Amino acid sequence: MMSFEGRGSLDSVNLDRQDYDYRSAMSGITLSGETHPLALSEEDLSSNEYEVHDDTYVHTQDNSSRNNTGVEIAVEPPSYADAVFTPYMGGREDMQETVGSSGPLSSRNGFLEYVTITVTDPQKEQENTASLVPGGNTYFTYLIITHTNLPEYGTNNSSVRRRFRDVVALADRLAEVFRGYFIPPRPDKSVVESQVMHKQEFIDQRRLSLEKYLRRLANHPDLRKSKELKFFLQCQGRFPLTASIDMSSRMLDGAAQLPRQLFGQSSVALPPQEISQPAKGGRDLVRLFKEMKQSFTNDWGSAKPLAFEEDKEFIEKKGKLQDLEHELNEASLQAESLVQAQLEDGEVMGELGLALIKLAKFEIEEALVSAQKVHALDARRIATAAVKASRFYREANAQSVKHLDHLHDYLSMMQAAHAAFSDRSNALLTLQTLLADLSSMNSRVEKLSAASSKVFGGDKSRNRRIEELKESVKITEEACELAQKEYDQIKARNRTEFQRFNSERQRDFFHMLKGFIHTQVGYAEKIAHVWKKVAEEARESLSKSPESYTTRSVAIS
Amino acid sequence: MSVSSSSHHSDHSYILNSPGAMASRQRSSLRGTSSLSPVAPDQQYLSISVTDPVKLGMGVQAYISYRVTTKTNMEDYRGVEKMVIRRYSDFAWLHERLSEKYKGIFIPPLPEKSAVEKFRFSAEFIEVRRRALDVFLHRIASHPQLRFSEDLRNFLQADEEIWAMERARSQEGTLFKKKPSDFMQIFKDVQSKVSDVVLGKEKPLEESNPDYEKLKHYILELEEHLGESQKQAFRVVKRHRGQALSEFGRAVKSLGDCEGGSLGKAFSGLGGRSEFLSYKLQNQAQDLLMNFEEPLKEYMRTVQSIKVVMGDRAQAFRQQQELSEATKLKEINLEKLRLVRPDRVAEAEIELREMRVQCDEATRRFEEIVKRMQKELVRFQEDKTHDLGLAFHDFAEGQAQLANDTADAWRTLLPDLESWSQVAENNGI
Repeated sequence: MMSFEGRGSLDSVNLDRQDYDYRSAMSGITLSGETHPLALSEEDLSSNEYEVHDDTYVHTQDNSSRNNTGVEIAVEPPSYADAVFTPYMGGREDMQETVGSSGPLSSRNGFLEYVTITVTDPQKEQENTASLVPGGNTYFTYLIITHTNLPEYGTNNSSVRRRFRDVVALADRLAEVFRGYFIPPRPDKSVVESQVMHKQEFIDQRRLSLEKYLRRLANHPDLRKSKELKFFLQCQGRFPLTASIDMSSRMLDGAAQLPRQLFGQSSVALPPQEISQPAKGGRDLVRLFKEMKQSFTNDWGSAKPLAFEEDKEFIEKKGKLQDLEHELNEASLQAESLVQAQLEDGEVMGELGLALIKLAKFEIEEALVSAQKVHALDARRIATAAVKASRFYREANAQSVKHLDHLHDYLSMMQAAHAAFSDRSNALLTLQTLLADLSSMNSRVEKLSAASSKVFGGDKSRNRRIEELKESVKITEEACELAQKEYDQIKARNRTEFQRFNSERQRDFFHMLKGFIHTQVGYAEKIAHVWKKVAEEARESLSKSPESYTTRSVAIS
Repeated sequence: MSVSSSSHHSDHSYILNSPGAMASRQRSSLRGTSSLSPVAPDQQYLSISVTDPVKLGMGVQAYISYRVTTKTNMEDYRGVEKMVIRRYSDFAWLHERLSEKYKGIFIPPLPEKSAVEKFRFSAEFIEVRRRALDVFLHRIASHPQLRFSEDLRNFLQADEEIWAMERARSQEGTLFKKKPSDFMQIFKDVQSKVSDVVLGKEKPLEESNPDYEKLKHYILELEEHLGESQKQAFRVVKRHRGQALSEFGRAVKSLGDCEGGSLGKAFSGLGGRSEFLSYKLQNQAQDLLMNFEEPLKEYMRTVQSIKVVMGDRAQAFRQQQELSEATKLKEINLEKLRLVRPDRVAEAEIELREMRVQCDEATRRFEEIVKRMQKELVRFQEDKTHDLGLAFHDFAEGQAQLANDTADAWRTLLPDLESWSQVAENNGI
């Protein structure tokens, strides 16, 4: 079981009047009473913009807090979910895998936990706001049904309607909150595809990819318990998060801060937590510049490289992952083309069968000589076998697609790894920037103190500045501490996630190999059987033919 | 090579070594004569094989020569065994001679003349052609009438210089020596046009035989069906190249190297098997081509030769009609002359007699074609059923074999896979 640190910051988020914390067996450090700046705040929820029904939310809160204290949780066996499901992986066996595969599943009490999600029923809806395009903007929503026995979720079954934009928002928020984790990448926006493909096909594909994405999230031992996912799956009405692509407002934000920063005032105003978080887009232009400067310093080697030995390990791991990605990419491509080729093989065989059936029918109808009838039977025998074989090819192919999908899945998880490693680099950069800031501030204090002490009777203005600076130093020191903690947390997450990634990948790949090969064996045997029988019948028919070719060569008619 | 006996498609001989045959051979060698003595019909054999294609000449002039080996005890053949070197155009010559002399018989088809220079000499193409030429001669040798052809004898026996002379001579001949029927045809064409105008009646150009009509339709439709089947067979052959499998195998092996450990071994296993199966698939492709697609193609060509005979029959019918017309006219004229110009009567009578002979000749030719065609059709159906039945059988065998090999190859991987996955589980990561 992996030890799970660093969720403390989430634990203590004050979302509501009530203290909502997921005190699972794994909770770790708590920051004393401080709110995670990026978590959902009260304002978010109760803002007029969003039609959030606070009552429902409170209601579920109640449930959860009640459940939190109780230890006896009724475990619902997956059978009901099973019945409701359309398993895209095909079969109970795979469903078991979904359930069983999510790493450390058992709670402290050792019950098997599950979260199963279905995405169905796409529907067209109209946007309420006036738009430039007459007739309004239409978009699709999907019905998302969740069955779970996780205590954090409160209720066992939920169903909500969401649109793709909400998924994007969820993904973005998860990326902000769960730094250092290998977060499964969300489905693409693919604007081009939506225009190229027939609308229905596109919607189907999207539905499928959404389902896959949500299931992967639910598979992740930490993400599945996140409040962001929980809101997404349970919160009725409009999803209360916007995607963080609203650059304009962020730029404005940043621009507003800039004068204060330039005049050295804002660094007092910003709480340390914000400082210790990565510099976001427009909000923090000065900081962005500083960090860029720092990264240049780092890159150009004037700063000494981090001496921690674990970094060598990290670099090694990163390198290995890059190699793996390259190989996976190639294997994934070839798997695609193999699957395509086998599909076409089946089709061609089927068409041969059809042509021979037509030939057989023709000969039988036009038969003047008995030889023709025999010929027709011969042809038809082969034809039916060919058609049977072609059907088997198609079935085998469908199975293979499902198995080999694991290759594609893990290839896409590489993105998640990259993001997790970026989080680490960014956190390190932040830390280094703050440390640099701190040291420059301290040296300024020294200089000013030295200069001030030379003035007889004290230098009022300088002393004032020194006091101010000392305040800043204190805040920056706190920020450094937080940044250090954050960085350490992320490093730890990287490590455990990397391990989890490896062990899951290994398990999944073995499962894939076994499944794929079993499929190949099974269908090859079936196809062999079909042809064997036909070959025997053909041999019999040949031996019965009136005049074998050999005798003809000698006799003269 | 195919698993089963595709006897008539490979180059082998079906010698029936009866004691009589042996004895006669001995006799002839003792006597030292060049010609073989007559042998009882049921003990005759004529076995021909086409082998050893060799590329000769350079550049644009390059061509392939084949070794043609004959083993026989038939009379009129000099000696029991003979080997000569021939090229495609020689085979084409033989085909043309037979077509001219044996009207009504479905002359076994030749493989296509290839128009494209560059793929002319691919190994596959050469082998396909060699085989088709082998089948060509084999069919002639087993045809009750064609096997006695003098042109065939010359083709099989003439040494290089003599052969060159013979070909030159016959080419000359065809340029200048028009067959009497051709002459008559030209003459008659002119005359019939005149008589048409005079007599004002339509000339029936075609037979109005309902059975024959049915047959013509059958042949045309058969051509379509065979063509379609052959096209699909070709596509099946093409898909047996196994490229996707081998590239998949390569990529997976590479992935295995990267993964390392038990999982790496498992991937390598998968990759190795894939490459192996790709190789098996490619082997199967060659078999499929020779034993499944080629026979279908061959029967397509045979149908073409039937169409040629149908054309000959139509022409013979026309000639016969025209000559009988012309004869009638001559008869009418003769009666007129008796009354008007008695001095011309004798001449006219001679002409009429000659005309009658021609007419009978044309009738005989036509009827011979009709008779031959009937027999040939029965033979054709039986051969087709047998040959294609064999092809179908080979195809099924091949597919069964391939599927079995596939199942075996994958199955043998399973126990290893099981143990590797166990090891991996035990080790943790």
